[in-house]
Amino acid sequence: MHALKTSARPVSQPYLQLTNITKRYGSFTALQSVDLTIHEGEFICFLGPSGCGKTTLLRVISGLDIQSEGTVIQAGRDISGLPVSHRDFGIVFQSYALFPNLTVEANVGYGLTSRRMKRREIAARVGELLTLVGLTDQRRKYPPQLSGGQQQRVALARALALSPGLLLLDEPLSALDARVRLRLRTEIRDLQQRLGLTTIMVTHDQEEALAMADRIVVMNAGRIDQVGTPLEVYSRPATPFVADFVGKMNFKRGRLGPDRRVTVDGVELVYAPDPDLRAQPGEEVVLCLRPEDIVVRGISETAPNRLAVRVLSMEFIGNHFHLRLGILGSELVLEGDLSINAVRDLSIEVGRGLTIALPPDRLRIFAQGTGR
Amino acid sequence: MRALPDAGTRLRQGLSSDDWTLRAGILVILAYLTVTLLLPMSALLSKALEDRSGAFVGLQNFARYFATPSLSNSIGNSLFVGLVSTAICVSLAFVYAYGLTRTLMPGRAVFRLLGAIPLLVPSLLPAIALVYMFGNQGYASGLLMGESIYGPIGIIIGSVFWTFPHALIILITALSLSDARLYEASEALGASPWRTFWTVTISGARYGILSAIFVVFTLVVTDFGVPKVIGGQFNVLATDVYKQVVGQQNFEMGAVVGLVLLLPAVLSFLVDRIVQSRQGVQLTGRSIPYAPKANRKVDLALGGACLLIGLAIVSVLGTAFFAAFAKLWPYDLSFSLRHFDFDNMDGGGWASYVNSLRMAGLTAVFGTAIIFIGAYLVEKTRGFRAGREAVHFLALLPMAVPGLVLGLGYIFFFNAPGNPLNFIYGTMAILVLCTIAHFYSVAHLTAVTALKQLDPEFETVSQSLRVPVRRTFLAVTVPVSLPAIRDVAIYLFVNAMTTVSAVVFLYSPATSLASVAALNMDDAGDIAPAAAMGVLIFCTAALVRVIYTVLTAGLLRATQRWRHR
Amino acid sequence: MRTFWTTTVAAGAAALAATAASAGEKLTVYTALEADQYPAYLESFKAAHPDIDLEIVRDSTGIVTAKLLAEKANPVADVVWGLAATSLMLLDAEDLLMPYAPAGLDAIKPNMRDSADTPSWVGMDVWSSAICFNTVEAAKKNVPAPASWQDLTKPAYKGHLVMPNPASSGTGYLMVSAWLQIMGEADGWAFMDALHQNIATYTHSGSKPCKQAAAGEFTVGLSFEYRANKSKKEGAPLDIILPSEGLGWDMEAVGIISATDAPEAAKTFADWAVSEEAMRLYAENFAIVAMPGVQKPLEFVPATIEDMLIDNDFAWAAENRERILSEWSKRYDGKSEPKS
Repeated sequence: MHALKTSARPVSQPYLQLTNITKRYGSFTALQSVDLTIHEGEFICFLGPSGCGKTTLLRVISGLDIQSEGTVIQAGRDISGLPVSHRDFGIVFQSYALFPNLTVEANVGYGLTSRRMKRREIAARVGELLTLVGLTDQRRKYPPQLSGGQQQRVALARALALSPGLLLLDEPLSALDARVRLRLRTEIRDLQQRLGLTTIMVTHDQEEALAMADRIVVMNAGRIDQVGTPLEVYSRPATPFVADFVGKMNFKRGRLGPDRRVTVDGVELVYAPDPDLRAQPGEEVVLCLRPEDIVVRGISETAPNRLAVRVLSMEFIGNHFHLRLGILGSELVLEGDLSINAVRDLSIEVGRGLTIALPPDRLRIFAQGTGR
Repeated sequence: MRALPDAGTRLRQGLSSDDWTLRAGILVILAYLTVTLLLPMSALLSKALEDRSGAFVGLQNFARYFATPSLSNSIGNSLFVGLVSTAICVSLAFVYAYGLTRTLMPGRAVFRLLGAIPLLVPSLLPAIALVYMFGNQGYASGLLMGESIYGPIGIIIGSVFWTFPHALIILITALSLSDARLYEASEALGASPWRTFWTVTISGARYGILSAIFVVFTLVVTDFGVPKVIGGQFNVLATDVYKQVVGQQNFEMGAVVGLVLLLPAVLSFLVDRIVQSRQGVQLTGRSIPYAPKANRKVDLALGGACLLIGLAIVSVLGTAFFAAFAKLWPYDLSFSLRHFDFDNMDGGGWASYVNSLRMAGLTAVFGTAIIFIGAYLVEKTRGFRAGREAVHFLALLPMAVPGLVLGLGYIFFFNAPGNPLNFIYGTMAILVLCTIAHFYSVAHLTAVTALKQLDPEFETVSQSLRVPVRRTFLAVTVPVSLPAIRDVAIYLFVNAMTTVSAVVFLYSPATSLASVAALNMDDAGDIAPAAAMGVLIFCTAALVRVIYTVLTAGLLRATQRWRHR
Repeated sequence: MRTFWTTTVAAGAAALAATAASAGEKLTVYTALEADQYPAYLESFKAAHPDIDLEIVRDSTGIVTAKLLAEKANPVADVVWGLAATSLMLLDAEDLLMPYAPAGLDAIKPNMRDSADTPSWVGMDVWSSAICFNTVEAAKKNVPAPASWQDLTKPAYKGHLVMPNPASSGTGYLMVSAWLQIMGEADGWAFMDALHQNIATYTHSGSKPCKQAAAGEFTVGLSFEYRANKSKKEGAPLDIILPSEGLGWDMEAVGIISATDAPEAAKTFADWAVSEEAMRLYAENFAIVAMPGVQKPLEFVPATIEDMLIDNDFAWAAENRERILSEWSKRYDGKSEPKS
C-alpha cells in the first residue's frame, strides 16, 4: 500500500544516524554528545535507569524535544530540525494514549482517515492491522473496555497504520503485569521481525532488553556507556556501570600486579589478556565477576584461580541457589549462583568447605574511577 | 531540508502548520484578552490620573479622594462589613461542610443542594428578602431588637447569604481531601476527639479555610447588589463607585474608588494563589480517604446546625417568592401577578428579561468556546512559552478584578471616541464580552484542569500519524472534555443571568438586563417587582441548569459511552 | 485548520455584530418621566408617527442631567423630554439645546416655557412635592400627621421619614431648592440639619419614599403628588399632605439637543410633546399642565395644590444647583450611621 521508503537509499548507509546529540535544560545536561548509528531492520533497546537520558534521546529522534546540538539523519534525510509531523515514525507510549472515546477500529484507522483514502481501503487496512495484532473480534469496543495488553496491541496497530519507516516504543510494557508482559514481549519481537521494521524501544528493564534487542544501547547520565548485542553487553560490559546495571555482579577493589595478575584482599588472581584495559601495574582497579561464572565442578588441580572457600550463607531463589562464599585465609567474600544440581551433587551446606575456580576470561578488570 | 547548524549555535525546530496554527491561536487569544481585559483596565488607571477635561493631573484625584471624608470613610466601612461577613460566612460554611463530609447525618444530598441555592440568585435578591424579613414591616424585625436592617447589619446578613456557597464549595473540597491515616494515628496516640479536631481536621483544612476566607472577603467587599439595596446611608466602596459614576457621572472619581476597590481584591488574589500552590503537596497518592463513621451525638448536632442554616437559606428565598406574589405587602397578602407587570416599571420591562436570556446564552456559547480553546492552546501548544504564560496570566487576572471595576474600565476604553471598537458600545456585544472577561478565570481553570487529565501524548500520537491538530481537537479533546465544557457553559450562563456589577455601567435601553432591572426597580421603590424579577432569574437559572443537565445527559451518554465498561 | 479558526471567528464576529445592528429612523430620547407614565404617552406618538423609532433612556432627573452634561462632547441624545426645567436651563447655559418653536406654542402658558422668543425648552406639566403619610403605620406607631415642613423636625418623626437624595432625584432637589428659597439659605440649611436627624434613609429616586410609605416600610415619605395619587389609587393607606409653607415644584419640559443628527424627527417629536393630545395624557397624571383648559384635578390630591406652589425662582435654582448639591452631599451624604 505504501511504497517502501528505503529503496532509493544505498544499503551500506545506516538507517538512522545520530551525531553529537546534546540536550540541555537550562544548566542541566540531559544528553552529552551522543553518537549512534542504527541500521535498517534493527531492534534497538535504549536501556538505563530513570534519568539516564534514554527517553530524552527517543524524544529527540521523534522531534518531541529538539536537541540543543547535533544532527539526526533518518534514511539519508536530515531531520534534525523537522517538526514531529514531518518525520516518519510510529510511536507507542507507556500510557498507550489511545483515544478513549473512539472505538478500536477508529483508533487504528485514525491516521488513515486524513489521507484521502477511500472508506473501503481504510476498512481493509484496519482489518489487516487488527489481524496482525490479533484483535479482530474487539474492533467495535472502546479502549477502556479492553485489558492492558489488548490496549497496548491497539496502540501498536495504530502506530503501524501508516507503515512508518521507524517504530518508537516508549516503555511500552512497563504498565502491564508480569505474565502479559512476557507474552507481549515475544509478540512485539515477532511482529518486528516479520515486518523487518527498524525499531527503537526505551526500557529500564534489562531482562526485557536482553530478550528483545538486536543491540542494546546502555545509557548512563546522559551518555552512551556501551552499544552491543545482548550477549556482548552481558558478558563483556564496557564499564562498571554497565556491569552493575545489566545482570548481577561481584564488585571488588584490588590492585593490579605484573603478569596479568590482580590482588584482591590478599588473594592473587590471574586474568585473561584484555586489550581495552587502561590500568598500569600498581594501580587500583575494580574487579568484576558474575555470580554464575564461579565454577564448582570439574576443577583440575592446576586450574587457575583455584580457591578454598567456606559457605557463609545459602538462599534458595527458585531455579538456583544464591551463596555467599568466604575465601579461606582472606577477608574476601564472593557471591555465587549455583544450580540446584550442583548443590545437590556436591552436598553443599552452610558452614561446609568447598573448592571453587574463577575462570580468568570471566574476570573483568576496570581502572579505578574511569569508565575503562 | 535544512542546512546543518553550526556547532554551538542553538538549534531551532522547524514549525509544522499545526504549530503555526496553535501559535497563531495563542496570539489571537492574547489579543482578545488584551482588548477585553488589559486595555480596559489600563484605561481605568489612566482615567484616575486625569481631570475632567482629560489632562494628566497625577495623584490629584487620589488626594481629593482622601481629603473627602464622605468618600474615604467607605474604606473603613467596607473593611468592617467584609471582615464580619467573612468571619460569619466561613464559620457557618465550615460547620455545614463538616456536616456534609465528616458525618453520616441524614439528608446530606438535600443539604448539598440547598447550600448551592444562593449561586442561582442575583446578590440583590437576598437583600430584598431581608427588607421583607427584618425591615420596618418585616415579619421578623423583632429579632433585630430595635436595630435597623438598613446598614451594616443588612449588608452583612445579605453578604453571608450569597457568598455562602462559594465558601462551602472550597471547604467541602478541603475537608474531603483528608487522610484517614492521620485520624487513626491520632486515635492510636490517645488524643481526645477535640484535640484531634484541632490538630488534624483544622490543620488539614487550613489552606482551604484560608482560601475560603480570602474568596469570601473579596466577594463581599466588591459586591454591589447587597449594599445598594439594603445599605441605607452606610456607604461602602462598591456603592461609592456606582454613585460617582452613575449618580454624578464623575468618572474620574469613580476610577479612583475603583482602584481603591481593586486593592483588597488583588491582595487576596495573591494570597490565595500562594495558598493554592502550597495545598498541592498535602496529599500523596498513598493517602486513604477518610470515611466518616456513624456517631449519634455528632450526627445529631451537625444535622441540627445544618438544618438551621438550610432553613435560613430557604426562608430567604421563600420570602422573596412570597413578596413577589403578594398583592400589597403587608396590607393585602392575597395572590397577585401584578408585580410581574414589568413593562410598566423601571428597568426595561420584560424585554430586559429576554435580553438577559440572550446575553446569558451568547455568553455561554461564545464564552465556553473562547475559554476552552484558550485553555487548550495554553495546555497543548508546544514551545512558545512566553505566549502561553501570558495567556494563562491574563486568564487568571479577572479573579482579582471586581466586576464594577471591570465595567468601569469598559466605559473608559470602549467609549473613547478614537477607539475603532467604539461601535460595540451600548450593544449586546459589549455586555457579552464584559461578562465573559468577568467570569473568565474560574471557567479557564475548570477547562485547564480537565485538559490536564487528558493523556498528554494524544497530540504527539496525532502528529506522528500526521493528523492535523484540529481533527484531534474536535474528534477527541472536545468529546472527552464534554463534562467540563458543560460545567463551564452552565457556570457562565448562571453568572451572566445573575450578575449586576460589571454590566450596570454598560447596558443601554435596548439591552437592559433582568438583574439590572431588578436593581432599578428597587431604586424606584418597586421592591416587590424587584423581588419578582429576582425570583424569575432564580427560576430561570435553576430551570436552565436542570434542562441543560437533562439534555446534555443524553449527549454525554452518546459521547461518553466509553466511560462505561 | 486555518479555515476552522477563521470560520469560528467570523461566525463570532457576525453574531456579535448582529446584536449590535438596528434599523429605521431612530430618535434617542432621554427622559426622567416615571416608568409607569411614559409608555402610555408613547403609544400616542407611535400611532401618529410610526416611521420614527424611539429609543428611550430613562433614569432619575439627577442622573439624566449628569449624563447629558458628561456626554457634552459627544452627545447621544436627540431629544430631552420630561426633564426638570431647572436641568434644561442648565443644559441651555451649556449651549446644548437647539432653540425651536414647536407648532402650537401659542397655546402654552407663558410662564411655562423658556422666555426667549424661540424657546430652547417648553414646559409640559408641573410636578410638586407632596408628603405620603401612611395612616395605618402612623396609628400603630403613634406618629402624628404633619401639617408643615417644620413639623417634620419634631422628635416624633425620628426614623420614620424618608426622602429622595437631591443629587439623583429631581423631586429631592425641588424640595431642597424650595426650602432654601422660602426659608432663606441659613435657615434652610438649619432646617435640613434638623430634618436629617429624623431621616431614616435617602433614596435614589423621588418615587421610592412614597412607595415605601405605601408599603408601611416608613411612615412618612417625602415625594411628589403624582406618585402619591397613584399609590393611593392602588389601595395604599395613605393621606396626601401638602405642607403649609408651600410646595417646591418644577416643570417637566421638552427640548432638542442641538447636536442631533435627526433634527426633523426631533422637531416632529417636540411638536407632538406640546400638542393638545399629549397635554391631555399628561393631565391624567398631573394636576397642572402647560396648556390651560386641558388640566383637571387629580382624584386624591387636594385641588388647592396650584395655590400652594411657591414662587419659584428657576434661574436661581438652576444656577445654584451644583453648589447646593455639593453642600448637601457634604452635610448629609456618607454619614455612616443610619438614623433609626
